[in-house]
Amino acid sequence: MKNILEVKDLSFSTNGKNILKNINIEVWEGYVHAIVGPNGAGKSTLASAIMGLEGYRDYQGSIYLKGEEISKLSIDERARRGITLGWQEPARYEGLLIKDFLKASARNKSNDFIFKQLERVGLDPEEYANRAVDKTLSGGERKKVELASILAMDPDLVLLDEPDSGIDAETLDKMFEIIKEQKKNKRTMVLITHSLAVLKQADHAFVFCNGEILMKAEAQKVIPYFKNKCLPCKHKNIPDEKGAR
Amino acid sequence: MNNNNIDLTKELSRIIQTDDIFRQPDVAHIFIHHHKVIQSHLLPGLEIKVKEYEDHIEVNTTVEKDSKIDKPVHMCFGMLPEQGIQKIIIHNDIRENASASFLAHCAFPNAVDIQHIMEGTIQVGKNAHYRYLERHVHGLYGGVKVYPHSQIQLAEGAHFYSEFELIKGRAGLIDIQYEANCEANSVLEMIARISGKGNDQIMIKEIGHLKGERARGFLNTKVAATDHAKAEVYNKLTASAAYARGHVSCIEIIKDNGIVSAIPIVEVNHPKAHITHEAALGSVDSKQLQTLMARGLTENEATDLIIQGLLS
Ligand SMILES: Nc1ncnc2c1ncn2[C@@H]1O[C@H](COP(=O)(O)OP(=O)(O)O)[C@@H](O)[C@H]1O
Ligand SMILES: [Mg+2]
Repeated sequence: MKNILEVKDLSFSTNGKNILKNINIEVWEGYVHAIVGPNGAGKSTLASAIMGLEGYRDYQGSIYLKGEEISKLSIDERARRGITLGWQEPARYEGLLIKDFLKASARNKSNDFIFKQLERVGLDPEEYANRAVDKTLSGGERKKVELASILAMDPDLVLLDEPDSGIDAETLDKMFEIIKEQKKNKRTMVLITHSLAVLKQADHAFVFCNGEILMKAEAQKVIPYFKNKCLPCKHKNIPDEKGAR
Repeated sequence: MNNNNIDLTKELSRIIQTDDIFRQPDVAHIFIHHHKVIQSHLLPGLEIKVKEYEDHIEVNTTVEKDSKIDKPVHMCFGMLPEQGIQKIIIHNDIRENASASFLAHCAFPNAVDIQHIMEGTIQVGKNAHYRYLERHVHGLYGGVKVYPHSQIQLAEGAHFYSEFELIKGRAGLIDIQYEANCEANSVLEMIARISGKGNDQIMIKEIGHLKGERARGFLNTKVAATDHAKAEVYNKLTASAAYARGHVSCIEIIKDNGIVSAIPIVEVNHPKAHITHEAALGSVDSKQLQTLMARGLTENEATDLIIQGLLS
């Protein structure tokens, strides 16, 4: 098993609060992984640290992408080495057309290619390519655009934060298909979630609770554990007051 | 046309991306490099008389009464050298009932120290329509100083629309001064979209006087200032006749140490006139930036893209 990403002894605290406590994670190239845990467990914080987002760069420990320590690299330098993050609540851009948003990240800038990525996520290019990535899109549409832009970029490793939030059942099935396709194409995915349905898409999973990893195992073993222990648990995770990131 | 002119024309049209206009007989154009016309093509109803001088060029454009010029007239002003002054004195006369639109391209791709001075008078006759779009293509170093100054007269029922756009490359110094007098039932619309970075300086002063009954005026400015750029917007509408209507709007976007100050001025001297104004402040937020950076864009590329959207 080749590790595309390794997180070693990662701890992070902010405002006097220990949010991540000595996290160790190995992500295998070409597999689908899940990081599961309740709200407030620290999942998005971990994703932010891995991507190097503002406010989450000051951590202890190391992060290796394809064997290279990336902690000193900026977000875009990390991205150009083959990683990206799909936000739980993606940003809106006034006046920026969907096709231009996709082109900005695409490895192939042709309209054909861009339109194809829109079709893959179930957005009709005729209708959507010239709309703006602004507030007029519903939450679900915006998530689809986010996914299309990631498909257009086609990086080796994708972190998807709560991919199912704001998405209807039909789209969710489509997304699960895409996850399977991407796996066939040897892309690596990390699905960050508190949903059993998403967890079921993974080969391998990490159970997160209160800033710690409770369990790492193949998804088959994690599913019953998460279902029986985590979902009903009234544990001490303190939900994110600032809401989803 | 000598070879030198052909080369200059080719180079300018490559920069402004308008190679195809030469193949269209129904599209009029004029190319002016420094103080010389290097290529032109006119159409019936459109007259452009030019006088070339050592230190400036005079361009007199007339659109004859009742003439409709369907496709935009391309006017390309440019200079390829790094240094110099280009001064253009321009008189546009759009006669009664005529209509024409002009697309001015200003290209200074190698500018280190260039001044582009445009002194214009524009007359739009009774019920005539005039559209003027000015797009600038500047280099990456900000060595251009641009002074577009115009006095505009709108006769009864005339329609004037102008758009000034500089959102790619460095603005350098821009000093826009337009002032328009508007007779009854005329419509004045001025739009400016400018993005400054580095130590660019942008000054916009657009003034409209709605003097005739039912004259309408809209001044719409969007400016962005990033890095240490500075922008000052001073837009003013006055209304002194019944049912004159107007709106002044300014959207400002700042990032880093950019500064924008916008002063909308409205002056109403008639009880039945009405003018409104608004100013909105936007900024480039960090989630927008970080999303694009997570897709591999540098911070500057991401900023440009976000601002282009905001200014569109
Ligand atoms: N910048 C921050 N400042 C203060 N607390 C934060 C910050 N970011 C995250 N937290 C806190 O860390 C905890 C974990 O949050 P998060 O990573 O968003 O959890 P999850 O994604 O698992 O729901 C929450 O209690 C949240 O409030
Ligand atoms: Mg989260």
